[in-house]
Amino acid sequence: MGFTVYIILVPIVMFLFLSLGSKWLKPRTAGIIGTAGMAVSTLLSYFTAYRYFFVEGQQNGVYAKITAFTAEWLRFGDKLHIDMGVLLDPISVMMLVVITTVSLMVHLYSLGYMKGEVGFQRYFGLLSLFSFSMLGLVVATNIFQMYIFWELVGASSYLLIGFYYTKPTAVAASKKAFIVTRFADLGFLIGILILSFNTGTFDFGLLTADNASLAVTTMSGGSFLGLSAATWAMSLLFMGAAGKSAMFPLHIWLPDAMEGPTPVSALIHAATMVVAGVFLVARMFPLYVFAAPDVLTLITYVGAFTALFAAVIAITQTDIKRVLAFSTISQIAYMMVALGVSGMGGHAGEGYTASMFHLFTHAFFKALLFLGAGAVIHAVHSNEMENMGGLRKYMPVTHITFLIACLAISGIPPFSGFFSKDEILSAAFQHDKFIFAVLWVVAGLTAFYMFRLYYRIFWGAERRYDKHPHEAPAVMYVPLIVLAALTCVCGMLPFSKFVSSDGAPFSAGINWGIASASVLVGIAGIAVATWFYKKASDRPARAAAKWAGFWDAASHKFYMDEVWQFVTKKIIFRCVSRPIAWFDRHVIDGTMNALGTMTEKASETIEPVQSGKVQTYALVFVFSVLIITVGVFLL
Amino acid sequence: MIPMEHYLIVSSIMFFVGVYGFITRKNLLAVLISIELILNSVEINFSVFNRYLYPEHMEGMFFSLFGIAISAAETAVAIAIIINVYRLANNIDVRHIDKLKH
Repeated sequence: MGFTVYIILVPIVMFLFLSLGSKWLKPRTAGIIGTAGMAVSTLLSYFTAYRYFFVEGQQNGVYAKITAFTAEWLRFGDKLHIDMGVLLDPISVMMLVVITTVSLMVHLYSLGYMKGEVGFQRYFGLLSLFSFSMLGLVVATNIFQMYIFWELVGASSYLLIGFYYTKPTAVAASKKAFIVTRFADLGFLIGILILSFNTGTFDFGLLTADNASLAVTTMSGGSFLGLSAATWAMSLLFMGAAGKSAMFPLHIWLPDAMEGPTPVSALIHAATMVVAGVFLVARMFPLYVFAAPDVLTLITYVGAFTALFAAVIAITQTDIKRVLAFSTISQIAYMMVALGVSGMGGHAGEGYTASMFHLFTHAFFKALLFLGAGAVIHAVHSNEMENMGGLRKYMPVTHITFLIACLAISGIPPFSGFFSKDEILSAAFQHDKFIFAVLWVVAGLTAFYMFRLYYRIFWGAERRYDKHPHEAPAVMYVPLIVLAALTCVCGMLPFSKFVSSDGAPFSAGINWGIASASVLVGIAGIAVATWFYKKASDRPARAAAKWAGFWDAASHKFYMDEVWQFVTKKIIFRCVSRPIAWFDRHVIDGTMNALGTMTEKASETIEPVQSGKVQTYALVFVFSVLIITVGVFLL
Repeated sequence: MIPMEHYLIVSSIMFFVGVYGFITRKNLLAVLISIELILNSVEINFSVFNRYLYPEHMEGMFFSLFGIAISAAETAVAIAIIINVYRLANNIDVRHIDKLKH
């Protein structure tokens, strides 16, 4: 399956071509070339998926890890070396399909959405760069290759968030996203170093083989602050994952990242980049289960808290993209919880399958939601809910597709979200009733805030629009329809037959008791949203007034930005950085400056001696000779 | 015959007049003349020592001639410098010739 390497090479070639040719390519040509390149990658990915799942992937009834391509890139010693390659296993193949599909839809959609923008060619070049990095990340054969592409993803995300680089808020948002994820990546890097130092390898295949026995034997000892090396390494890896996947408290960058163009939000901040953290945990899953089970518990609780936290904030936001951003945080936390509650192998590994399944379905319906929101923004030229309402008459296609996505994320059958969410809930139920309860509440909240969004955009009081809002052009609504179709059908896939924690297919039936509970809470959420928001009324305002304190706190995102500001500015900058800066400026620089000043002062003092007047020199010379002569004679 | 000391007294006076002039004169031309005085006093010494102490040799005489030629060349160069200084600074007072210092 050596051809899989072209899935990754095509986008990077596109990036180089579009970026270098941006001066002489017409915007339209550049867009079409970029989209065509992505289409090639997409077709290759589908072909790979077909070959892997139905022809070559299974060995003895188990989906194996196949290294389709590998090349040594850097060798450190006899054992330790970094390769670049393509690793195919169920999750990487699944991710290839998700990334290329969503990316292709976003490419198509951008042809319409970004029309007439300055830097259209650059935009398509950057989309290709991002696709390249993300594809390279998921097929990485070793953790170091993954880290390289992980950083590339961060860099291309920075460039895309800051695409409108003349807008100060966009620049600030891109910086924030980069710095926060970079801070988390520091943990990731240290984790990689601890891991490779102890096990002597970067390779995923070797690390995860035989229930991660390599890590278990080499890393269970060596405690630091009472935790084993394995626990440290895996916690630090999770720190990197939490940064990229916007887990509390590193989630602060994601809502701000909505400053980027909306298709970028759909691609990066909904479907692909933010699930990189989930993917990382899934990739290292055997190590978590066997070498560091405590970290899995940590992941569960961080995930559950984040899911609830973000869902509550999402209820109060008025910028439609921010609602979707918090919804994304909440849903990704769902996936994290599913991994956290999972065990290894067969039905114990249901959480793992559920997590990947939810990643798969979420990518499509969240991309659909973002693209739909983009179409709305395109029509009314505003992100704020106050400027919307009653749009269902003007934008029928957007309305219907958006509704499908809302139903899917709320977990209403037969849409895809129902199946994956049910699987997560049943995995959580088997593991821990408390976690299940939290997720169940979050499911209700999700339905509520999504339908609040839906009603406020498409129903409610009709606004007087300056310009008559109109449906987006075909190039924009075709991706919506395709994604909506995927949202309708992809839940029916027998996902556990393809993706499981140990590669062996199993059948995960629907747990009807839990399914009906989750559907009930979803419907309850929708009903409450309908009561509040379907017609314009003062009910939302009265409810908000009743809970004023809580509402205020939630709409300010529970002051997490301020907390971070406080921690960084007041504590880190003032108590750590400032004394260090003082020491550097006054003690280290001071010593050097004192030496310089002394030399300067000394030369200033003796400078008049060297007057430059030859006659003075001659006078001194003559008198000196006289004195010496007299001295010699006298002595 | 005039005793040797008389010559030496004259040349000593010339030498110290030259040194004094070199140190005290503010006009570059005067300084140049003072340098000539110093040189000439030295040449008198050469000739006198040669004539009185080693009359059979001629090195002192030749050295004097050599010195005269050198001082002629040196004067030409010095005058050229002084003319250029004058063009640059509009006077030839040594107190003002300190451009390289500041």
